[in-house]
Order: sequence, then structure tokens, then C-alpha cells
Amino acid sequence: MYDFEFERPESVTDAVTSLQSEGAMPLGGGQTLIPTLKQRLNSPSKLVSLTAISDLQGVRLDGLNTIRVGGATTHETVAKQAVQHYPALADLAGHIGDPAVRSRGTIGGSLANNDPSACYPAAVLASDATIVTSQREIAADEFFDGMFATVLEEGEIITTVKFPIPVAANYQKFLQPASRFALTGVFVAKFNSSVRVAVTGASEDGVYRWSEAESLLSADFSPVALDGAHVSPDSMISDLHGSPEYRASLVKTLTKRAVVAAS
Amino acid sequence: MSEVTMRVNGKSVSGQVENRTLLSTFLRDSLGLTGTHIGCDTSQCGACVIHVDGAAVKACTMLAVEAEGADVATIEGQANADGSLNVIQQAFQDHHGLQCGFCTPGMVMSAAALLKDNPRPSEAVIRKYLEGNLCRCTGYHNIVKAILAASGQSVDAIAAE
Ligand SMILES: Cc1cc2nc3c(=O)[nH]c(=O)nc-3n(C[C@H](O)[C@H](O)[C@H](O)COP(=O)(O)OP(=O)(O)OC[C@H]3O[C@@H](n4cnc5c(N)ncnc54)[C@H](O)[C@@H]3O)c2cc1C
Ligand code: FES
Ligand code: FES
Repeated sequence: MYDFEFERPESVTDAVTSLQSEGAMPLGGGQTLIPTLKQRLNSPSKLVSLTAISDLQGVRLDGLNTIRVGGATTHETVAKQAVQHYPALADLAGHIGDPAVRSRGTIGGSLANNDPSACYPAAVLASDATIVTSQREIAADEFFDGMFATVLEEGEIITTVKFPIPVAANYQKFLQPASRFALTGVFVAKFNSSVRVAVTGASEDGVYRWSEAESLLSADFSPVALDGAHVSPDSMISDLHGSPEYRASLVKTLTKRAVVAAS
Repeated sequence: MSEVTMRVNGKSVSGQVENRTLLSTFLRDSLGLTGTHIGCDTSQCGACVIHVDGAAVKACTMLAVEAEGADVATIEGQANADGSLNVIQQAFQDHHGLQCGFCTPGMVMSAAALLKDNPRPSEAVIRKYLEGNLCRCTGYHNIVKAILAASGQSVDAIAAE
């Protein structure tokens, strides 16, 4: 790892100012960034740790149907604090990696990184969440921009993620036991008038919505509604853990399981 | 370079570190606390698990400067005040929860973090909790047994397997 300057501001304003210098990057829990720096795949001139900013911490209810998760809230904290309000989200957070990863890794880091096999992007997209940053509000549908890419600009910090609470929801993670990420994962969220289905760990373009399943499930929220649905293996990830055809098959199976579990 | 101050196993310590210094490096090289093992250095194996403000973390995936002001616990601080093994350590010995011992500091620290929140975990909960701690020797069975025993539960059911 190359050396860098280090700052740990206590407010978002100070963090934004610190991030203005050339080559500066935010540091969340470091569970992705530190391994990347060790491999010298990145060489920021400065790291600005977000962990001392109390405004970026914790989960709270906003009205009856929305929860707000602070951008530097750890997976462990979401697992504990979201459980009453949005159990499917808490369950997802409680199954990321392992306990030591969950006690450091944060929602903002996970979303900014947009790993194609990460769990949170599926929850954010299926829930139609809003990503609030130091500059603006971004709808989930606009946020993800392909594998490891988002529309975030340099120095822009995720400060809050606003999740509308669905009527019913479930995340099915088919574990890739070596990385402990999802081999493939599907998040199904049922709202009063619509259903959203987001898929991670399958497409080479990163997380996406499976629109055919959404319309079938909006008409009939049951696993049999998906019997005739087709998932194409085209442009799905191929690695030693699974072929595109295997992942395509998983997408349908996991969606059905999520519907059963959410019903 | 930065000056860091933290509490390690109850004692206040300070040192000069480069900002890029890992917490594991600070503990091992600056403080001589080599019980925190480095198995992978890639956040995968859990040999380096310690507690920071009571939570299990991988010391190889945290910067020393991030631990400024924190309360850090390592395997060196786990024994009882008279130097005898604590309940978890003793259970690892009694139930052959280690062979080469390389993974053991991380295993004991993970077990301690689990039992603090959940004093009587089931076998399934223990196995799930240890997902991030790899052991190349024991096959995990005796580690799980040791943690069940340390939490005052019977190991008969799994001893028979
Ligand atoms: C062994 C292991 C298993 C894992 N398993 C899973 C899994 O099952 N599912 C899963 O989803 N993830 C998994 N992860 C990844 C983990 O969830 C990471 O914590 C997460 O991807 C990155 O979050 P972080 O807070 O550690 O971010 P960091 O590593 O600190 O940062 C990652 C990137 O995000 C940027 N960033 C950080 N915070 C913000 C912010 N608030 N605003 C803007 N940019 C920001 C950083 O500049 C950097 O580019 C695993 C990691 C490990 C090591
Ligand atoms: S040495 Fe830290 S996880 Fe392996
Ligand atoms: S006892 Fe050898 S690695 Fe676990």
C-alpha cells in the first residue's frame, strides 16, 4: 500500500472540504478499499474516514413508511436497528460476509463500490430507495451505472439511504462460500400497487431489475405466476463458480423462493 | 506519520505510525503483540480477529490511525488475572480445539465476541458465526465443541458424531 494523508472529520461539511483535494477518497469501513490499496490497485493521496461523523450513523423511522439509514452505518447496526421496521433489509445486512466484515463494512461503501455480487444494491433497487448525497438525491433506478460504477462524482458522499418500506419483501442470497458474497441474489419487494424484483450476482452489467417478473408478480404474487417466465443467459457472469445458464436458472428459482418467503 | 493513542488490553499505548500502517502491524511490530496472527492479509481468514470497542474486527483490514482513541482487546489480554487460561481458552485445550494453533487467536476472539452477545448459542449459531474464521487443521468440529463447552452447554450430542 502506498502512503496517504489521513483525516477523520466529525461533520459532513468538513468531510466534503477535505475531499476537495486532488486524489482524496472517502474511507467507510475499509472492507473493500483497504484490500484494494494493499494490492496497489488504487493510490489515493488522502483518505477521509467517515466513521467519526455522527450524522452518518444509525437507522431511523421517517414517517410511517420510510426508514433512513445513515451512509456510514455498519451492516451489523442495520441488522440490529432495522429489524423492527424493515426485517428483509435487516436480514440481508445480517448475512453480508462474516461478523468481522459486518462490524466495519458500511452501506455507503457497499453502494459506492457497486460490486456486481454485492447484496445492498439489490435491496436499494428493489425497494426503490433514494440515495441522498452531500450534493443531491438520486433515485435507485438512476444510481447504478454498470459493474463497479455509479453516478457518484468525485468527492460526493452518500449521507443517507431512504428506503420506502414494502408491504412484504424478501432477499434470497445463494451463497458463494469462498468469497461469502452472493453467487446470485434476488430481492423481491411488494408494494400496494406494484412489485419490484432486483437481481445481483448475475449480470455483467451489475445489479438490474427483472421487469418480466415484476409485471407477472404485480398481477399475481405467487411463485406459479413465474412458471412461464424466461431468463436469458446472454451477458450473464461466467466464472468457475457458475455458468451463465446456471445463473439464469438461479434467478428464476431464487425469485420464486423470495415470493414464497415474502408471502 | 501520525501519533496514535489507544487502549490495548486495558493499557494506554501510543506510537508514531505511517497512515498506511495496518492495526495488525502496529500490534505485532510496534507493540510486540504477535498473538494476532496474519494468515492471509486479504480479509479472508480471520486469524487476525481482535476486538475494537467490543466488536470483532479483522486487524489486517483496519488502519492503526482508525483505532485512535479506541479500546482494543487481543488474545494477549484474554487470560485470567492470575495468568491461567480463561474459560474459552481452557475449553479449546480440553476439547482439542486446536492442532497447529495458527487460527486459534482469531477463533478465541471470535468466540469471545459471540458469547458476549449470546451466552448460550446453539451449535448452528456457532458454526454460522465462525464463517469468517478458517482453520486448516481441526475440521472445526472440536472448535465448535469447545465453544459449546465454554458456554456451559453439553457437548454430548456433537461428541457422538
Ligand atoms: C470477506 C468479505 C466478505 C464480504 N461479503 C459480502 C457480501 O456477502 N455481500 C456484500 O454485499 N458485500 C460483502 N463484502 C463487502 C463489504 O460489504 C464491504 O464492507 C463493502 O462492500 C464496502 O463497504 P465499506 O464501508 O467497507 O467501504 P470501503 O471499503 O471503505 O469503501 C469502498 C468504496 O466506497 C467509497 N465510499 C465508502 N463510503 C462512502 C460513502 N459514504 N459515500 C461515498 N463513497 C463511499 C470508498 O471511497 C471506496 O471507493 C465482503 C467483504 C469481505 C472482505
Ligand atoms: S489475516 Fe486478517 S483476515 Fe486473514
Ligand atoms: S489449528 Fe491449525 S489452522 Fe486451525
